[in-house]
Amino acid sequence: MSWKAIDRNQPVIEKDAAPVLSEAVREKIRSFFPRYETKRAVLLPALHIVQNTLGYISWQAMAEIAEILEIHPADVMNTTSFYTHFWTHPKGEKVVTVCRSISCEAMGGAKMLDTIKKELGIDEHGTTKDGRYSLVTEECLAGCDHAPCLLINEKMHKCVKAEDIPTLLADVDNNKLSMPRSDLFDPPSEKQAASATMQDSVVGTTSDVSEMREAE
Amino acid sequence: MAAFEPVLLRNRGVEGSTTLKVYESRGGYQAVRKALKQTPDEIVAEVKKANLRGRGGAGFPAGVKWGFLPKDRKKTLLCVNGDESEPPTFCNRVLMEHDPHQLIEGTIIAAYAVQAQTVYIYLRGEFHEQFHIVQKAVDQAYAAGYLGKKIFGSDFSIEMYLHRGAGAYVCGEETGLIESLEGKRGWPRIKPPFPAIEGAFRLPTVVNNVETLSCVPHIIERGADWFTGIGPAHSAGPKLFCISGPVKRPGCYEGAMDITVRELIEREDMGGGMIDGKHVKAVFPGGCSMGILSADELDMKLDFDDPRNFGLLGLGTAAAVVIPHDMDMRVVLRNMARFYGTESCGQCTQCREGTAWMHKIATRIAADAGRPEDLDVLLETARNMGMMPGLSICGLPDGATFPIETTVKKFRSELEEYILAQPKGRAEYLLRVLN
Ligand SMILES: Cc1cc2nc3c(=O)[nH]c(=O)nc-3n(C[C@H](O)[C@H](O)[C@H](O)COP(=O)(O)O)c2cc1C
Ligand code: SF4
Ligand code: FES
Repeated sequence: MSWKAIDRNQPVIEKDAAPVLSEAVREKIRSFFPRYETKRAVLLPALHIVQNTLGYISWQAMAEIAEILEIHPADVMNTTSFYTHFWTHPKGEKVVTVCRSISCEAMGGAKMLDTIKKELGIDEHGTTKDGRYSLVTEECLAGCDHAPCLLINEKMHKCVKAEDIPTLLADVDNNKLSMPRSDLFDPPSEKQAASATMQDSVVGTTSDVSEMREAE
Repeated sequence: MAAFEPVLLRNRGVEGSTTLKVYESRGGYQAVRKALKQTPDEIVAEVKKANLRGRGGAGFPAGVKWGFLPKDRKKTLLCVNGDESEPPTFCNRVLMEHDPHQLIEGTIIAAYAVQAQTVYIYLRGEFHEQFHIVQKAVDQAYAAGYLGKKIFGSDFSIEMYLHRGAGAYVCGEETGLIESLEGKRGWPRIKPPFPAIEGAFRLPTVVNNVETLSCVPHIIERGADWFTGIGPAHSAGPKLFCISGPVKRPGCYEGAMDITVRELIEREDMGGGMIDGKHVKAVFPGGCSMGILSADELDMKLDFDDPRNFGLLGLGTAAAVVIPHDMDMRVVLRNMARFYGTESCGQCTQCREGTAWMHKIATRIAADAGRPEDLDVLLETARNMGMMPGLSICGLPDGATFPIETTVKKFRSELEEYILAQPKGRAEYLLRVLN
């Protein structure tokens, strides 16, 4: 038996580390203050903003959020750890969220999940070596009429067949939305680009399954 | 049967239905103009008279809830519950995707009725596309002067914000939602005090479902008598029904609450029957939490009262999923148990432990390692963790009791057959190895 040496003196949060949240992100978080009665209530928006910008919520980021909201860092950790969508460690570029609830299971969801695992070579909560994909499962995504379904980042994929998975995962645009994004939780750098597309275009998604089936 | 003329879904399929322009061209934002000319109390009275029962699951009359607010309150909050995470429910999603302005109009009227100047629309974290659609609609309404200061030239001002959740079923429970809004874990609160007395930020708060609020403009425009004229007296008004699973036309359909589960599955303008020659083995008719029906109970009426006659908790969200004949009931049981096991927020001992036990037992049964006595252990656990026996804070464990209890009771012989057909000694072996 060999011992692995772990440097237990390595602090989780470096003292005097450079801040990870830019002034623009801080400003964006502060812009939510007028919406709520307390500063603490801005925590969920703040976590969304930070995760969208950094890709995850590091402990250092939590400490900085705590400072902005004037609460204890433990409060931030407490809330962050409750919600499955917030992660405290980096994930892949695209996160595949597979529904495993009853309608999807009745429509072949388990096979879909197995195919994805095989195709990516990872298990649930895993990330591919090249850092392109992470895989998680979720309960009902409220898309049961299109079961089985999954999300790739923000984009919902409907009526996914196991045999289509390789093509779907190979598609570089599989996370692109068909509608203009609202700038609310966008990284500040993308704010302008997003608001440029915020014209009065028609937004909407197909939700009629028989239409989708006919289109095939 | 005469075709039902859709009310809530009347704009679905219309090009550009999510834009303000199209919504207004089809008669939108007239009801709110009418409402602002009345007093708030008149609107509450009208909604009370319409007997608009909450569509979020509990079926509590909206007008009565609004009447609970203290008379001398200074500030009131309104929260729109768009957390929709009960499998297999998606009617709120359809409403937000196709007609966000209908929701906004209903919300403005409700806010005026309860004199709430701040509205939060709580959207579940997985609603990304829907978030962008609703946010865009809110932006348009602000730009048109329908939200903000002194709307429609009246003295009433209203601010509307979207608040996004981050993946927790329990945040759909109204006090869990309030905690989440305050930036905390979505841990439901002990009631009383009810949110109408002390809710978010300790202010009187009204929480209503998306579909409930989407009904409000129509009640104001066409009157309470029109509303009560639809469907039976105890379950008035148009209702959205969801159907999913292996049927020909899975989707969200609108009707009066006088149809049966069989009609929802088989009618040509609804589910359209089963695909691939499959037939029905069981149905969860009102969202999973309400419990299961066997194939010979399909004549249950989808209204607020009839489900109780079939051992179910209630109408729930009126979202049905069909379990086909070739699906293993052990898989269904495991799926149910896992859902509640992972979604329990962990605050109450009975709920946290009970749902986790049920998950473990159901997983073991599905892995060919069940024991005959496991079914009774499941029943005993299910009966000893809910809010109704007074053991837990919120209704989640009651929602876990019903699917487990009804599945075990109604499909006991099938489950027992599986257990008896297992290789001898496997259950004991696994138990020894695992523990
Ligand atoms: C565990 C649990 C989850 C719930 N989830 C939701 C939900 O996702 N959406 C919803 O509208 N109501 C949900 N409810 C019901 C709410 O607590 C509340 O009754 C409802 O939002 C009130 O609105 P209504 O009167 O308009 O129906 C849930 C209740 C429980 C106990
Ligand atoms: S009953 Fe369950 S979900 Fe509800 S508060 Fe208690 S532990 Fe949380
Ligand atoms: S069960 Fe998969 S989206 Fe609802």
